[in-house]
Amino acid sequence: MGNSYFLRTALNAIRKHRGLEPLDAMDFLALLKDKMKFVDMDQALMSRSLNEGFSGGEKKRNEILQMAVLEPTLAILDETDSGLDIDALRIVAEGVNALRNNEHAVLVVTHYQRLLNYLVPDFVHVLLDGRIVRSGDKGLALELEETGYAEFERAAGAASA
Amino acid sequence: MRDVDIHLQNFAHLNGSAPASVQQLRRTALSRFAELGFPTTRLEDWKYTSVARLARTPFRLAAAPARVTADQLADGTLSGASQLVFVNGRHAPELSALRPLPPGVRLTSLAAAFCTDAALVETHLGRYADYTGAAFAALNTAFIQDGAFVFLPKGAIVTDVIHVLFVSVGSGEPTIAHPRNLIVAEEGSQATVVETYIGLGTGAYCTNAVTEIAVEPNATLVHCKLQQESDAAFHVATVQARQDADSRFASYVVSIGGGLVRGDINAVLDAPGGSCTLDGLYLAASRQHVDHHTSIDHRRPHCTSRELYKGILDGHATGVFNGKVFVRPAAQKSDAGQVNKNLLLSEDAVINTKPQLEILNDDVKCSHGATIGRLDEDALFYLRARGIGADEARRLLIYAFANEVVERVAIEPLRARLERMIASRFHDAGAAEVAK
Repeated sequence: MGNSYFLRTALNAIRKHRGLEPLDAMDFLALLKDKMKFVDMDQALMSRSLNEGFSGGEKKRNEILQMAVLEPTLAILDETDSGLDIDALRIVAEGVNALRNNEHAVLVVTHYQRLLNYLVPDFVHVLLDGRIVRSGDKGLALELEETGYAEFERAAGAASA
Repeated sequence: MRDVDIHLQNFAHLNGSAPASVQQLRRTALSRFAELGFPTTRLEDWKYTSVARLARTPFRLAAAPARVTADQLADGTLSGASQLVFVNGRHAPELSALRPLPPGVRLTSLAAAFCTDAALVETHLGRYADYTGAAFAALNTAFIQDGAFVFLPKGAIVTDVIHVLFVSVGSGEPTIAHPRNLIVAEEGSQATVVETYIGLGTGAYCTNAVTEIAVEPNATLVHCKLQQESDAAFHVATVQARQDADSRFASYVVSIGGGLVRGDINAVLDAPGGSCTLDGLYLAASRQHVDHHTSIDHRRPHCTSRELYKGILDGHATGVFNGKVFVRPAAQKSDAGQVNKNLLLSEDAVINTKPQLEILNDDVKCSHGATIGRLDEDALFYLRARGIGADEARRLLIYAFANEVVERVAIEPLRARLERMIASRFHDAGAAEVAK
């Protein structure tokens, strides 16, 4: 199915749920062009079939575009930064930065601090064995980059012993 | 009374003048049909399709002309095309309209061509479609009366689509029509011919059509058959193409309507360097039965064939796909690929699919594959996770499955027409918008 058509169907399903009028093809195209600017996506990808022959980076960009268009109340980005080059990483981060505000929250799951060079988190939580073991602000992420996770694992091991 | 007798009686009522050679052809075919009788499920080619109900129905020859207005045809027409309309098997000039054609191109009813192009008709008619072994083709040949005659002289390129629209008007009494089309594309010529079959009114009727196509050296012919008969209809049709050297033949079949449908599409690659593609899409629901038998015969070296048939079956529908590819001993360097994919939407829908390759040369590249599946749960989840409702997600996936065939049709507005047909079949406003 066409990528653009899929996205419009999804957006209109969500708009309907929010009590908004559906967007027609022209209005949608205008919105799409606007949103595509910051994901730096080739226009040709929109007329291609959804995820068919997309490279890893293209899939990620497409996901960020979907997020930008659909504007979810809560978006969960689970290891979106894995396997991305620096440019794609920046695009993912910019996508998140553009979306987040008082009405739209983003939960980013990552192993690396690198993404956080572009994306400044409000909260950082460390999750270990399914439990949050420590919370903090952006400083915690920097600290972890220095010390690693070993400290938490030792603490957890000691606690359970 | 035997099943065939009613048709032998109908033969006595066959009117319309024809050249002596055609009359002879009719008589030969009729006696062959009488010998063959209707096929039974004991025959391998009819194993999953019983025509017992068709054979028992006392069909009369469809009476012409029935009154049909241009408005009634609106759904079946194709914009920008030269259009030949046939009502109950007979040419309806008042509903037909031709675009300007290159010099020498003939686009008329076959009945008219009996007078104006007798030599061409005699050279080609009945030369390709086998009426000695195939009962329905024999029956059609016995009743050759009218249909489309398309002749492209050497080098002629027809850019506007040629649309042949067959309208059956049900009248209560069961009627049968035997449309016969002849398409001859001489050396280096090019054209696109679309055949559409639609039904108006109610009641059972039968369309038993045969199209013969000669694609001469280096000619290109695109042939598209759209079957939208009414629910009570029997539709049996054969498309038979013979390809000469370096010719190209592309066949598209879209089958949507009809109660019992059988389509045979046969291409013979009879000289080196020819290529053909046979693509098809069949949609069936409730108690429809739709059967496609295709055959690609690689008789000479260096020919290429590609085939994609896809089916979507719902309700208690039953489907059959049988795709034969022959590679004869002389046909070295043949390249053949065949794929049949089926989507079953209900527990009760049934498909019998059989790819059948007979390869008698060891220097060839051949592949085939058949799949039967349900809607992909992961894909449904992907769509639903992005806010699309369950029903809409289902429709989108069905539409996407069908679209793989439709998007192969290069010619607008033909592709748009196909998209509309499929969308309306799914009663889906969303998909209808795709088609715009």
